[in-house]
Parts: sequence; structure tokens; C-alpha cells
Amino acid sequence: MSAYTAYTTGEPITDTKAPDGPIEERWDRRRFEAKLVNPANRRKYTVIVVGTGLAGGAAGATLAEQGYRVVQFCYQDSPRRAHSIAAQGGINAAKNYRNDGDSIRRLFYDTVKGGDFRARESNVHRLAQVSVEIIDQCVAQGVPFAREYGGLLDTRSFGGVQVSRTFYARGQTGQQLLLGAYQALSRQIAAGHVEMHPRTEMLDLIVIDGRARGIVARDLITGEISTYFADAVVLASGGYGNVFYLSTNAKNSNATAIWRAHRRGAYFANPCFTQIHPTCIPRSGDHQSKLTLMSESLRNDGRIWVPKAKGDTRPPAEIPEDERDYYLERIYPSFGNLVPRDIASRAAKNVCDEGRGVGPGGQGVYLDFADAIARMGREAVAEKYGNLFEMYERITAEDPYRVPMRIYPAIHYTMGGLWVDYDLQTTVPGLFAIGEANFSDHGANRLGASALMQGLADGYFVLPATINDYLARHPHGEVDPGHPAVTEAVAEVQGRLARLLAVDGDRTPDSFHRELGELLWDECGMARTDTGLRKALDRIPALREEFWRRIKVPGTGEELNQSLEKANRVVDYLELAELMCLDALHRTESCGGHFREESQTPDGEAARDDENFSYVAAWEYRGSGGRPPGEHGQGTGGAPVLHREDLAFEYVHPTQRSYA
Amino acid sequence: MRLTLRIWRQRGPEQPGAMTAYEIDGISPEMSFLEMLDTLNEELILRGEEPVAFDHDCREGICGACGMVINGQAHGPERTTTCQLHMRHFSDGDTIDVEPWRAAAFPVVKDLVVDRSAFDRIIGSGGFISAPTGSAPDAHATPVPKPVADTAFEHAECIGCGACVAACPNGSAMLFTSAKVVHLNVLPQGQPERESRVLDMVGAMDEEGFGGCTNTGECAVACPKGIPLQSISMMNREFLRASVKGGGRNRG
Amino acid sequence: MALATRTDPERPAQKGPRQRPEPPRKPARRPSLIGSVWRSTVGKKAVMAVTGLVMLAYLAAHMFGNLKIFFGPGEFNHYAHWLRVIGEPALHYEWFLWLVRVALVASVVLHGVAAYQLSRRDLAARPRKYARRRQGASYATRTMRWGGVILGLFVVWHILDLTTLTVNERAEPGHPYQNVVATFSTWYGNTIYIVAMLALGAHIRHGLWSAIQTLGAGRPHRDRALKIASTAVAVVLAGGFISVPIGVMTGVVS
Repeated sequence: MSAYTAYTTGEPITDTKAPDGPIEERWDRRRFEAKLVNPANRRKYTVIVVGTGLAGGAAGATLAEQGYRVVQFCYQDSPRRAHSIAAQGGINAAKNYRNDGDSIRRLFYDTVKGGDFRARESNVHRLAQVSVEIIDQCVAQGVPFAREYGGLLDTRSFGGVQVSRTFYARGQTGQQLLLGAYQALSRQIAAGHVEMHPRTEMLDLIVIDGRARGIVARDLITGEISTYFADAVVLASGGYGNVFYLSTNAKNSNATAIWRAHRRGAYFANPCFTQIHPTCIPRSGDHQSKLTLMSESLRNDGRIWVPKAKGDTRPPAEIPEDERDYYLERIYPSFGNLVPRDIASRAAKNVCDEGRGVGPGGQGVYLDFADAIARMGREAVAEKYGNLFEMYERITAEDPYRVPMRIYPAIHYTMGGLWVDYDLQTTVPGLFAIGEANFSDHGANRLGASALMQGLADGYFVLPATINDYLARHPHGEVDPGHPAVTEAVAEVQGRLARLLAVDGDRTPDSFHRELGELLWDECGMARTDTGLRKALDRIPALREEFWRRIKVPGTGEELNQSLEKANRVVDYLELAELMCLDALHRTESCGGHFREESQTPDGEAARDDENFSYVAAWEYRGSGGRPPGEHGQGTGGAPVLHREDLAFEYVHPTQRSYA
Repeated sequence: MRLTLRIWRQRGPEQPGAMTAYEIDGISPEMSFLEMLDTLNEELILRGEEPVAFDHDCREGICGACGMVINGQAHGPERTTTCQLHMRHFSDGDTIDVEPWRAAAFPVVKDLVVDRSAFDRIIGSGGFISAPTGSAPDAHATPVPKPVADTAFEHAECIGCGACVAACPNGSAMLFTSAKVVHLNVLPQGQPERESRVLDMVGAMDEEGFGGCTNTGECAVACPKGIPLQSISMMNREFLRASVKGGGRNRG
Repeated sequence: MALATRTDPERPAQKGPRQRPEPPRKPARRPSLIGSVWRSTVGKKAVMAVTGLVMLAYLAAHMFGNLKIFFGPGEFNHYAHWLRVIGEPALHYEWFLWLVRVALVASVVLHGVAAYQLSRRDLAARPRKYARRRQGASYATRTMRWGGVILGLFVVWHILDLTTLTVNERAEPGHPYQNVVATFSTWYGNTIYIVAMLALGAHIRHGLWSAIQTLGAGRPHRDRALKIASTAVAVVLAGGFISVPIGVMTGVVS
């Protein structure tokens, strides 16, 4: 075993703070048992919130409404631009407005099952319960959900579930929900209850006497490094999908906040659980900077195919019907083009690996609407998918009414994240993680329209209830700005930035990021193997070493320096990537978004190993992958420590998925 | 493709700026405008020069972060955001002028980056419905007629990019402000704050130093989300109605 | 890199140079309607719209009256005399005319002051021009600004020419028909008048539609109709006014 594939096993996590008793009553019980802070005392408490997406925006607004003093940060120029804004599809809620048999219990069941039995039941049930309140809250804020002629809310079925529980606002649900949270937050900012710091990036966590007491942040305009102190810190900084370089995340979405928190003691759970979305627009060349997702609903009417012959470069129209391979319909006759995201993605990868991919670089498959147009007529297709077709044409300059679309899977969401207990508190007391930044509710795979639900549930309802308990138990006390932990954190941040500027090598931050991303996509993407992961674990430390030798960052640290920002994020990706591969290597089963080629059923499906892997893998930082302590402060030399949180399924019993 | 770029370079808010020319080669028509700038920046970094600073994030046309004036047009020749503008809309050998949004209320921070925080303050002055978490009635308690919901949605689509201000010869924020006023004022949930909202938001807009509307329509031409010019008229109506009704401002 | 420490919740957080000081909160007092309307850009624009419509109504009547010139000096001069005796005996001689004049002067002043103040503000809001500008970008704004100035100067000349007769060399008080013919018998009289009326047409074409927008009646579905209607009003008014010098030049009126 190479030094980089080593890990040790620590104490299992046994207490998740989830109350016991009937699952329906657990959230009520927790709320009742939680201590409260006297309303008059709340303004004495300061809570730092990092990020202003659905989770962070909602939490900041709600905590301020409760009377806490909130200090909030985002790297964007405005809290309204957080990447939640790009979510298209919708938000699930167990309202059962359709009277189609939906219930909290069913949403709970679907989510646990969809997560391939790797999520904590108590959390998921709470999510389903709270989902109902989210819709009420958003409507009251003026979120313009789609409505029917009677004036009531419209819903649709999404992601293969059998009930219509997805509320939506055309293809811009994320935008509308985010603007609702942003407006609520803006109201609190204007009222002076939230001190908002846009264009300010958290670069480290300050832990004093074992409690999170503040952050170190850089003003991206002036370059000033400042410390901010608080009674609790909430990370709502999103997922780490950009570790892959090409993803559907925003260009500047990054893992720095959660990774620095991890280095300060917060366990990182299930980093290998990443979600690939099957219907993205393929890359058009090496210049590609990000990938754009198109709604999965396209698969309802489009047919996916590739040529039967390898290296067939004829235009699609010239390929006769009997020389086309509608591979999803062939392999999965009952579900056809509607198989779940991970299956559709892997199948596309397989045909492209066979050399049958289409478009530039052979990294694409056709999504053909010719049959749909013949069957429904062009009008009806336009009515249903017009805006998606326009978007596709704008990006590719190809008319999908005439030429089949080309699609390819892309990284879309990360189920892993900071480990949190039932209260959404990490293993560092006083440090909370909400939204995509935590690992909590989706298990190994997230269902469509559930990310918005979880972000808002955490931000509006869960965190504001559970953080009271922590604050009530930890009376406000001032932080000594001269505390060694503070100066150490500041010095580390400043030292790292100074080193980045000092190397003056010959490679740009993007070139390293791109190389890392390609490596991860190949070895830790849609399908993972022992050999591939070991190769990646060998390559990443070498790349990291090269990074610190050859990185080139122009300019200074005392100004707006976007290269410095990028380089500083890549440093964290280079470390996170290693843990992700290690986690993928150790989990020799396949489950949800994590597919190990060694673990599949005879017909090529993901084979879970409940016997050995029915747990959450929470990793403790001990230095980067057993790397010896180096001049770059990359660790203390210890291998990561795995803490298992065993999962118990009392209500939903694990079954093997089958779509054949 | 081979292009000549003339880009506004300005080190900081107080420093003078100037258009600086760059020759760039090997541009693919499939690139987005921002990917073309990425390519330029990679070259600049390796040459030891400062890359061009510009705001961008989602790169799929929804976050509103990106925005530059390309050949005198906000977001360039297509009705979309800069990140969704592709190089196939230019020709080999073109000279392209790239400038930041220009408006007194959007001071230049660096190169093509401007400070749009005035927009946040306008929203903070009244661009919300006061509905603290937990206070909401059931979502179906108040039906909203579909045409009303659709009007609200069409105005809520604004991404806050600032192209309207950049395109307006008066640097006016009327289209931005009206989009939010109309979105919230047509909804039943927005009625209790209907008058104070428009008075406060127009007041905040004026305080930020934006110009007034002369109905040139440039804003609506530039808007990547197609917010109609008449949105401004609807806000004017709301303003006059609120003034006549004697609705007070909540703030300042 | 400087290190700032922010701990004290009572102390306002340090702000970067790009943040502006918060505007002072004024006590919540209900502002007067006129005050709040005049102070805001939207309200001031509404004042321009209303005063513009007042002037437009006057112009419509004025143009209608002018057309009487085609019925000969008797009818025209009689009409001019009637204008002075409207409302008699309730009103004294020329009182009605003075009431109209006061309303007009008030409108012109309000319109002009608001336009001046808004223009100053607009120019300040866009201190720097683009290196390249979109074709026809600020056409309407420039037409309105310069058109307004041209019209202001024209009104002065027009009053000196046909009301006070100061600059009309061959004018005789009490003979408006002959005075009009005299004005339009000179090349410069015709030029000034026709150019001004074309400017008026352009001003009304954008101004009427703009006033409707400003007063809140614009909607996407009726925008086309409103634009056509504004253009029609502009053409009719400008055409009506211009028909008089053309009549004189062609000898129809002499």
C-alpha cells in the first residue's frame, strides 16, 4: 500500500443527536428538548454565515429575524448570485395537492431509496416533514411558482417518481427561490441586522478551546485579510463539484471553506459520493470552461443513440436506422431512455469508451427528437422544450429540430460534504454546515428537485431551530484577538498567499486545475476501479508537488487578483481530490453515484454491499494523505482517520435497485 | 480566428484607465466570449502581464455576474449575457472594443469589474415582501390568477446584471427597479407594502445617483431576459398611485 | 497585508473604500405629495408629462385656429379678435387669453426646469461615454433635449414676431393676418418656422408616447398603438402648422 492510499480506522460515531422514538415525532422532540435563547439576549450573539445561496441566504435572514446578529459573507459581488440560482427543475414537497397518494412518509421513503440507503433516516424524515412548510414560506415571499388557471399551484412529476410533488417556476426554480431568500436577507441587511460582506472569501476557520469562534477572510477587492469573531459559524458554501474543473457548478464555486474547516477538525463525510448528470451539452474543445446542464425532462421524449460502428463520422441524418444503436432501449427495455441518472450516464460513457461517441473528441451521444416531432408535431415539441432547444442552439449553433442534440454526462452535485449530526453541527462544536456543504440527506445519490428542498429546509427551518440549543449552552464571551489560535490562522492564510505569489513558475492556476480535473474525471468519475484510483492517488501528490514548484500568479495580494483567488482554491482541490479518491478506493461497493466496476451485478448494475458498507464514512484530517510534513504546511504526516457512522434502517428496508 | 481586442484596463477605482490593444490568435468560433478572454488571460499570465479582471460566475446566463460592453452594446451583439455570447458572432480579423459598464452609480473597481452594490441597496429599501420565516399561511390560502402569476414571473426573471444601466444613455436603473416593483406589486402577497415599496425603491434608486428615464428604450433592448420597457410605465403608475394615495415611505 | 480585527458588535464594521456611508435616516414623516413628487426623478418626469400635455392641448387649439387663415383675412382677424373677448362679459377683455398665457408660462417653466434638472442629473449619471456606441442609441434623448432648446428659442422669436411684433418689420397691430403673411414672405421667417415645426413634430412624436409611459399607461400589448397614435398626432400638428407658410409661399394665402 502506497503512503497515499493508507488510512487508519478510528472510533465509530455513535451519537448523532437524533432523538429516538417514532420517526414522525423525532423532529418535534428535538425542537422541544432544545434549549432556547431569551429573545432579549439574542442580539448579544453573533453568528457568522458563509455563503448566500438557498441555505445560507435563508439561514442569514431567519437568524436575523429571530434577533441574532448575523455577519454574512459571499465571494460574489452580490448575495443574489450564489449558484443555487442556476437550478432549473423544481423543488419537491409532500403537499399532496394532487391527491395522488403523496405523503411525508412517501417522500421520506423515495429519498432514502433514491439515496441508495446511505442516508440517515432521521434526517431524511425531517426533510420530508419540513418540505411542506418551505412551499408556504416561499409563496408568502412572492416566489412566482407556476400556477394553473384556477390560481392554484401547479406541480409536475420529476426524476422518475410516481407522484407530482415538484413545484416549479418555469425552468428557473432555483433563481426564483434564491431571489426570495435574497430579498428576505436584503431586508435584514437594510434593517442593520445582517452585516453583509460581499466579495469576501473565507480562507480559514478560527477554533479556540475546541469551539469554532470565527473565520479569517480576504476582501477580494483590497486583498485585506481580516478576522471576524462570532459565537457560532455556519458554512453554507456549497459543494465541491468544481474539483473536477469541468462541472455544471459556477466557475468560482469552491471547496475552500469546507476544506479549511476539515483541516481544522471537521470530519468530511462520503467525499466519493458525487452525482453525474446525464444530459449536459458536451465540451466543444480544450477551451471549455464549464458545462451547461439541460433539464432531464428531455429524456421523456428524446431517444438516445450512437452509431453501431466505431468511428462512424457520417452526419447523423446519413446513418440509416439499422446502423443506429438505441442502447438504453436495448439494454433496459422496460425503462428505456428514462433509466436513473447514474445508469444513463454510465451507459453513455461505455459507448464512448468503445469508440462510438459522436461529436468533437467522440465525447457525446445523440438525443434525437425526430420521432417525437413525427409523433407529436413540431409545435407540441416546441411547446414542451422550446426554451431548452433555444439554449442548446445558442451554445452549439445547431438546430435540434433538424439535427439530433449531442449530450454527455457532467458532474453536477456532490452528496458528500462536512459530516454533521442531527443538529447540522459538525465535529467542531459551534461549526454548522448546511445545504450542499454538508453530507446529510441524500445518501449516495440525490433525487431530482431535492437539492433546493434540502437547502431551504436547512436554512429556513432546521438550523435556526437547532443552533439555539448550542448558543443557549454557550453563553456569549468575547474572543481575544491576540489569542494564539487567531494569530496562527491569520499567519497561515497570509503565508500561503505569499507563497503562491512567490513561486513565479511557468504554469497557470487553470492549467493545474484542468489537469487535476481530467485525472479525476477519468479515474474517479462515472466509473471507478481499484487500479484507476490508485493511479490517481499516485498522481495527485505529484501534481501538488509540481503545483508548488511551477505555479505562476501575477500581481500582488493587495488588490483584486483573480489569479490568486483561483490558485488558492486549486491548493484545496489538490488536497480534497486525494481524500475523494481514497474514499472511493476504500468503498469497494457500488452505490448511488459511486460505481466501482468491481462491484456490479451480472447485468452491469451497481451492486451494493450492505454487509460491509452500510455506514457513513467520516474522515478526520491528519495531514494530506500520509504525506510527510513539507514546507508547504500540507500536513502533519498522519494518514486520514476513518470514523464510521453505522446506518440503521428501521423504516425503509434496503433493496437492490433493478431497472433491467 | 484572429482578433484585435481593445480592452479597457484600469488598475483601481482611483487610477486612470485606457483602452489597450491585444492581438489574439487561435480563437475557436465555438468559444464563449468569456472563454476567449480566458484564453487571452492565460497568455497574459505566461507573459508575466496582469490578466484582465472581469466578473463572471455561472456562465450559463442566470447569475448576472458577467457583463461588459462589447462594441458599444451591453453584452454584445446578441440578446443574451456575455457568458452566452459565442465567438461565432464575430469574424476573423475583427477589432472588438470591450469596456466596463459605465455609470456613475457603478464605479469601476478594476478593468471590466464594476461595483453594482447600488442594486442591492435598492432591493434592501423595499424589494421584498415582509414574511418572516414561519409566519406563512398555507400556500393555497391565496389563489393567484395565472395571468397575474405570469406577469410576476416575467418581471421576476431579472438577473440584476446591470446591462440596462450600462445601455441607458442616462445611466438609469429604472428597468431594474421596475422589474422588482412590478413582480411584487401585482401579487396579492405584495399588497400590504404596495405603496411603501415603490416609494422607497424609487427613493433609493434616486439616492444612488442613477439617472432618470427618458424612454429611449435602450435598456429593454439590452436586457438579456427581455424585461419589457413598459415595466417602467407600470412602475410609474405605481409611484403616482402611491403618491396620490399618500402612502408613506418606510425608510428615509 | 493589513490585519483588521472586528470583535465589538457595538462598533460598526470597518468598511472598504468602495462602500459609501449610509444615508442618514430621517424621521418617519409623511412627506407632502408635491414635495415627494418633485424630489423624485419619476415624479419630476410626471410633471414634465403633465405640462407637456397641457402645451400639446394648447398647440392643438392653436393649430386649429391657424387653419382659419385659409378662409381669408376677414375670418382670420375676426377669430383673432374673438380670442380676446372669450368669456365676456363674465371675463374682462383679454382675461381669458391671460389665463391661458399664465397656464402656458407655468407649464413652460415647469417643463423646462424639470427637463434641465433631469438632464443635468442624467449627464452626471453617465460621466463617461463608450469608445464605440450602438447605432442610434441615444437618438430620442438627444432629439428631446436639443429639440426642446430649439423650441424654447423659437417661442421667444415667435412671440416677438407675432405677439409683440417687435421683430416683425412690416407688422401692424390689430392686423394678424397681414402680419402672418409678412412673416412668411421672408426666407428666414419661413426657414425658422418650418425648422421649428419639424422639431416640434419630432418632439411630440417621442414626447407624447413618453408622457403616456411616464403617467403609467404603457403596457406591452398597446405599445404599438400608442406609438402610431403619437406619430399621427405629431404629423397632424406639424403638418397643420407648416401648411400656413406653405400656403403663403405658394400664394394660396396672400
